[in-house]
Amino acid sequence: MLLISCPYCGERPELEFVHGGQAHIARPGDPSACSDQQWADYLYRRDNIKGVHAERWRHTHGCGRFFNALRDTTSDHFLATYKVGEPPPAQAQAQAQLRKATT
Amino acid sequence: MSQALRTPSGGRINRARTVRFTFDGRELTGFEGDTLASALLANDVHLVGRSFKYHRPRGVLTAGPEEPSALVAIRRDAARVTPNLRATEVELYEGLVAESQNRWPSLKLDVGAVSGLLSPFIPAGFYYKTFMWPRRAWQWLYEPKIRAAAGLGRAPEHPDPDSYSNRFAHCDVLIVGGGPAGLAAAHAAAESGARIILCEQQPQLGGSLLSETDPGAALGDGEWLSRTIQGLMNHPRVTVLTRTTAFGYFPHNLIGLEQRLTEHLAQPDPRQPRERQWQVRAKEVLLATGAIERPLVFPGNDRPGILLAGAARSYLNRYGVLAGRRAVLLTASDEAYRSALDLHRAGVTIAAIVDVRPQAAGELPEAARRAGLPLHTAATVVGTTGRLRVQGIRIQRLDAQGQPQGAAERIACDLVLMSGGHTPSVHLFSQSRGKLHWNEALQAFLPGQSPEKARCAGACRGIFSAEAARRDGESAGALAARDAGLAIGAIIREPPLLEAAGAAVPGELPQPAGRPAIKAFVDWQNDVTSRDLSLAAREGFRSIEHIKRYTTTGMATDQGKISNLNALGIVARQIGKAIPEVGLTTFRMPYTPVTFGSFAGYARGELFDPVRTTPIHDWAVHEGAVFEDVGLWKRARYFPRNGESMHAAVNRECQSVRTSCGLFDASTLGKIEVVGKDAVTFMNRLYINSWTSLAVGRCRYGILLRDDGFVYDDGIVARIAEDRFHVTTTTGGAARVLAMMEDYLQTEWRDLSVWLTSTTEQWAVIAVQGPGARHVLEGLVQDVDLSAAALPHMSVAPGRICGVPMRLFRVSFTGELGFEINVPADFGAAVWEAVYEAGRPHGITPYGTEAMHVLRAEKGYIIVGQDTDGTVTPDDAGLAWAAGTRKSDFVGKRALERPVMHGPERKQLVGLLTAEPHVVLEEGAQIVPDARVTPPTRPIGHVTSSYYSATLGRSIALALVRAGRERMGQTLYVPMPGGNLSVQVVSPVFYDPKGSRQNA
Ligand SMILES: [Zn+2]
Repeated sequence: MLLISCPYCGERPELEFVHGGQAHIARPGDPSACSDQQWADYLYRRDNIKGVHAERWRHTHGCGRFFNALRDTTSDHFLATYKVGEPPPAQAQAQAQLRKATT
Repeated sequence: MSQALRTPSGGRINRARTVRFTFDGRELTGFEGDTLASALLANDVHLVGRSFKYHRPRGVLTAGPEEPSALVAIRRDAARVTPNLRATEVELYEGLVAESQNRWPSLKLDVGAVSGLLSPFIPAGFYYKTFMWPRRAWQWLYEPKIRAAAGLGRAPEHPDPDSYSNRFAHCDVLIVGGGPAGLAAAHAAAESGARIILCEQQPQLGGSLLSETDPGAALGDGEWLSRTIQGLMNHPRVTVLTRTTAFGYFPHNLIGLEQRLTEHLAQPDPRQPRERQWQVRAKEVLLATGAIERPLVFPGNDRPGILLAGAARSYLNRYGVLAGRRAVLLTASDEAYRSALDLHRAGVTIAAIVDVRPQAAGELPEAARRAGLPLHTAATVVGTTGRLRVQGIRIQRLDAQGQPQGAAERIACDLVLMSGGHTPSVHLFSQSRGKLHWNEALQAFLPGQSPEKARCAGACRGIFSAEAARRDGESAGALAARDAGLAIGAIIREPPLLEAAGAAVPGELPQPAGRPAIKAFVDWQNDVTSRDLSLAAREGFRSIEHIKRYTTTGMATDQGKISNLNALGIVARQIGKAIPEVGLTTFRMPYTPVTFGSFAGYARGELFDPVRTTPIHDWAVHEGAVFEDVGLWKRARYFPRNGESMHAAVNRECQSVRTSCGLFDASTLGKIEVVGKDAVTFMNRLYINSWTSLAVGRCRYGILLRDDGFVYDDGIVARIAEDRFHVTTTTGGAARVLAMMEDYLQTEWRDLSVWLTSTTEQWAVIAVQGPGARHVLEGLVQDVDLSAAALPHMSVAPGRICGVPMRLFRVSFTGELGFEINVPADFGAAVWEAVYEAGRPHGITPYGTEAMHVLRAEKGYIIVGQDTDGTVTPDDAGLAWAAGTRKSDFVGKRALERPVMHGPERKQLVGLLTAEPHVVLEEGAQIVPDARVTPPTRPIGHVTSSYYSATLGRSIALALVRAGRERMGQTLYVPMPGGNLSVQVVSPVFYDPKGSRQNA
């Protein structure tokens, strides 16, 4: 069971959370302007990353808030959690790359 | 004679306490402190079980949890039979009843052994190759036969009467293993101020030191072991858990521990849990899991009486048991000579020491020579004899190239000790996703870096000698405490002192050219031989993961603890690669089998899941309702009177609603209050309907899609105020609809000012339905005009009932004049009873979910999840009218614009009438267009809802049928085992299609 740091509540066990899939996939502002392919990509296409992955979590059995996280899928370690609307912390990305380079 | 092979003195058993037990009904005795295995060996019982595939006679191979062979069932009573326990771990208690497994009719005469005679014809991948065709034979021939012949042990036939406990714990340092490294680590970490949990799978601390006659001599400190154990037991920051196995390493340093509390007791207190499963979150984990001795692979290496050398030494030194009288030692390392020397001192004849190496010049071989033990170097074993017990081995000399030559020599013996060196136990480390590195000198995989906060100490990182392991543990313990955040000075950890003395190349012993070894076992538990592995490699398998699955090596419950490395060695040699290039299969949890009971813990019976009940539940219980589970809810299904059948009760309840009045508990409906200045915008974006035009005080049937365009939920939505909606959802959908709403609100439409509150449990909902509903409520309701003009169908009004605040909905899920009274949950029961009393003169009848289903189906109202399945659009369900056509967007709109979402071949909701009015179709039954087709054929739809309608005097059904609306009037067919049922396609609205009743 992962330990997840909710940006609002702090560190809590995974069973209080629900995973919400890949982060930073915005719903197109004008869906009718999308081609079928673009809409299908929005609905279904997701990355399957070996390494640092930006993903959504919801602290369902806690504050109820959605937030984003950077998680290294090879180690399950979180590099950062951050609020909706915030960009993924670049620092964490850099750290991850550094870690990769050294291992 | 009893315990014929017990030494006159010595060992850690309590000779003052004799313990009686039975094995396959035979009465035997042992001593307190024995395991079942040591007690059996003390009685000269080596034949303990039959093997998995070939039913070969098998005995005790090891002295620990790695045992693949001596598996037994322990029976306390009919419900307490535990199969597949390792006799080497079962602690003896007075009256213990042990049974061998996998044999019929008896252990000594096993009919299944005939498959052993056929074994040349049962090669690797046999099941895959032989039983592929004909496929139908799987059902009646292969599978039952294989199931009967295979498998180990039998599960108990009664529910588990024991209780199991769960516990969460946190600590600075969790130490796994109570041998010299683990004990020293615990001591050092605790002294540094860390909170420690130390777990040890055995009943006592000490690890390998327990198998020494003089642990002090091994450490150069006679008092160290007892002093350290005493110190830890009394230490305020240390929790010592014995009989506790760390079975799994989960992310973020969560370790699963299985603590066995009563298994060793003759008469456990029934109030005590049998096991306790711990979930320990540790800042630092220190693995001191030791090493496991490897067997040697040679023909006939699996006979009872052939043991690992270290195991025989344990039986002697720890339990005072001689595993035989005339022994041969087979070894490729110096270390194993200790076993021969100890057994020799205890009076066992050492018939030979066979050392595979060209020379044996170390201290221990020299000691063996001085003791006059016959030593053969540069020799190999080419076979063994004996049926139920080993009687001899055949050895052959090796030439300079390591090839057997000359005539084989037979050596009589009743005990064979073998040792291929030691394999560090890296299971937990590997589960932590730690990297392993091949060490050529040790011929072993050693732990490297772990992404978790884990480190290893002692034999599990290749430091085998007790004294070196103790020192390694000491520095590792201090480091772990420091990394857990405790301020301590500089720590020097010496580089591991790796002693290569124990390094034999894994694989098979040399065999004469052209005479491939048969029955040279690699995996005892799954009966995999070296020949199986070679065959798999010859057949083209290269990946060790594929070879594992093809041959099943390492796939039994022992997870290949003793077999993996030998298997790897054989495969590597066969395909001409080095062992690290071939790679290692994944180590998975659990390290040793864990009972299901301990995973379930307290979550069984009433505590399995929460039970949700409505405020009216007690009344329904009192009225004799029959309940059904809907999600976590208990819902009244029907209210039988005077022993009525369900069918009769449902018919009566339905007719009461249609002719007078029914009373229904709809409290389980999901309810969400949507509030805020942007509430209407939010609802417009989310639901397909247009909400702008919905006036305050009016209701609308809302449909919610996912963005893929398929129906997700539905329900009545009332506008309570300009900025306030009372949204209802399906009973099962409440939580996921709220989650979806929150998702859009929090992540997509953060510009909207809206608040969402679940009010499902705040409102009790009492549905009063039927032509008499208005009369029933007239005397109870205040502040609301109930007339059709003032409160028409699909409207809502605030008011009071019985003096209690209320939201009164004029809605109908039955097609009749209907009201749904929403009152605060605490008043639910009182208002319900008041309505029931007021309704009695009008013939009011409580009805349950079954009647509710029939009534709604008569009206063609869908149930999301029953009449839809995640591939149904609003138009498919006949609900396209609900969509707000002028809206530029709503969730699901774009997906509905794809051509495929309204093509002619889509399945559409229709009604079905059977040709035989009394025949009720089965829900889920398939529908075909032609009576003459025979399977396999492609159905054009399926039945989604089907009931007997008392109102219509016949059966009705709803179905999803391809291009269904174009088929009105057509005859279709429902194939059933008794033949085709013919059905006519009709409108899904069977009753009052104009809706005049609900508008009354
Ligand atoms: Zn939170």
